[in-house]
Amino acid sequence: MAGAPLLDIKGVHTYYGNIRALNGVNVSVNEGEIVALIGANGAGKSTLMMTVFGAPRARTGTITFAGTDITQMPTHEIARLRIAQSPEGRRIFPRMTVMENLQMGASLDNLKYYDEDVEKVFTLFPRLKERINQRGGTLSGGEQQMLSIGRALMARPKLLLLDEPSLGLAPLIVKQIFDAIRELNRTQGLTVFLVEQNAFGALKLATRGYVMVNGNVTMSGTGKDLLANPEVRAAYLEGGHH
Amino acid sequence: MQYFVQQLVNGLTLGSIYGLIAIGYTMVYGIIGMINFAHGDIFMVGAFTALIVFLILAAAFGSVPIVVALLVMMIVAMLLTSLYNWTIEKVAYRPLRGSFRLAPLITAIGMSIALSNFVQVTQGPRNKPIPPMVSQVYNIGGISISLKQIIIVVVTAVLLALFWYLVNRTALGRAQRACEQDRKMAALLGIDVDRTISITFIMGAALAAVAGTLFLMYYGVVSFSDGFVPGVKAFTAAVLGGIGSLPGAVLGGLLIGFIESMWSAYFSIDYKDVAAFSILAIVLIFLPSGILGRPEVEKV
Ligand SMILES: Nc1ncnc2c1ncn2[C@@H]1O[C@H](COP(=O)(O)OP(=O)(O)OP(=O)(O)O)[C@@H](O)[C@H]1O
Ligand SMILES: [Mg+2]
Repeated sequence: MAGAPLLDIKGVHTYYGNIRALNGVNVSVNEGEIVALIGANGAGKSTLMMTVFGAPRARTGTITFAGTDITQMPTHEIARLRIAQSPEGRRIFPRMTVMENLQMGASLDNLKYYDEDVEKVFTLFPRLKERINQRGGTLSGGEQQMLSIGRALMARPKLLLLDEPSLGLAPLIVKQIFDAIRELNRTQGLTVFLVEQNAFGALKLATRGYVMVNGNVTMSGTGKDLLANPEVRAAYLEGGHH
Repeated sequence: MQYFVQQLVNGLTLGSIYGLIAIGYTMVYGIIGMINFAHGDIFMVGAFTALIVFLILAAAFGSVPIVVALLVMMIVAMLLTSLYNWTIEKVAYRPLRGSFRLAPLITAIGMSIALSNFVQVTQGPRNKPIPPMVSQVYNIGGISISLKQIIIVVVTAVLLALFWYLVNRTALGRAQRACEQDRKMAALLGIDVDRTISITFIMGAALAAVAGTLFLMYYGVVSFSDGFVPGVKAFTAAVLGGIGSLPGAVLGGLLIGFIESMWSAYFSIDYKDVAAFSILAIVLIFLPSGILGRPEVEKV
């Protein structure tokens, strides 16, 4: 399978009832890459992230992961192929403690590597360690974001999907998270596919990027090229914080 | 005072049985937001299975030590009743998941009728008695406590402890709570949600089967229609405790047990069932989220 992308999304259409949210999307993510997806509100970015997991399911098109067609695979089996997601809205289990949320992340291996991995998560987010016995629902927004990312990492993913990891976080923490993603990518070869409103930060971090408009991918290129592209600058970067 | 304490003992006994049934209502509600109206009949099937096992044991071995008989009755009842509930979920409820909200409820009522009719047809419409299994009664300071009552309370306590451990300390219990709080997220983490729901139905049925066995031992008689009244009382217990809350189900069960025994003792035994129904109505009006329930009802 040399040369084939780790995640390959081809011609995917996704609907909510009769409303079309994705209109023939083609996106690929190669092993070892950080790929950013940017676009306006309602463009379909989160829908694409969830469609990878079959929730909602693509109506047409195919999604392959590491050579396996996962288009019709049940959501939990897709997760078992080691794709993890920190989804939109964070989706922390509100009545479980921080520890239990992290344990849920480690369910695939029955907590076999829990002790080892949780230390790594704590190194990344020391705040979580202080809050270990607090209920997820009572964490601050930023803490929930850290927990959501930490929980995804606990699954030992081959591919990590992050839906707006910087949302609601203080600039310093955003920097920490972006640094952490870069670090995980560099040292462990973790492949990352992320959606960001913070287009500047995301494109700077990313190997490649895609721009989505109304359920269509309209542009793609290396992070650097997109950053320099006048259309991208006008639509997503001007006026944003650089 | 003695009389009052006596009623407390009786209430504790009844409450144990209601609590065991109530857990099945509350767990299923917690995980799929549905009232499993057939759960009372699952309890009745458990009691009938225990009865049949008892008759077979008696016919085959004459007299069997009571502990052995009860254990065998419980285990067979748990297995068979779980199989019933598992099948019902798979055949009747699962296909309707994601359909409009009333659909599974209506189906559950249908399953309740189907189960009680099935037992009526196959076992006959009359009350089925068994000879008293346990008859010792102890007198402690003027209060009479029967061995039956002790067995009921002890079995319930042991089972609740096991059950508490399962839900709070094991991967399975964690997966169940995760599905309860956010099914989609649980699936994103690799949890097989359908399987977890199946297991929940099995656990609820197993507890109801034990309740059925204890009910049979306590009253010495069971009929095809016995799913209804205890079912409604246990449902009331679940609502009173806060539907979706496991400690709530136990607390509600005990409260309903106490209320029923006090009501029978001080007011009128003829109307003892009215008490439970009235409480259900009152709780639904004034305290819809129950004692330990969460106020928010919406599912994510
Ligand atoms: N559950 C749903 N039912 C119906 N329509 C939906 C649903 N979820 C999303 N949509 C619609 O699909 C479109 C794409 O939504 P999506 O959440 O994928 O956008 P997004 O790019 O992630 O936006 P944002 O940047 O605001 O998070 C939007 O028009 C949205 O209203
Ligand atoms: Mg989104």
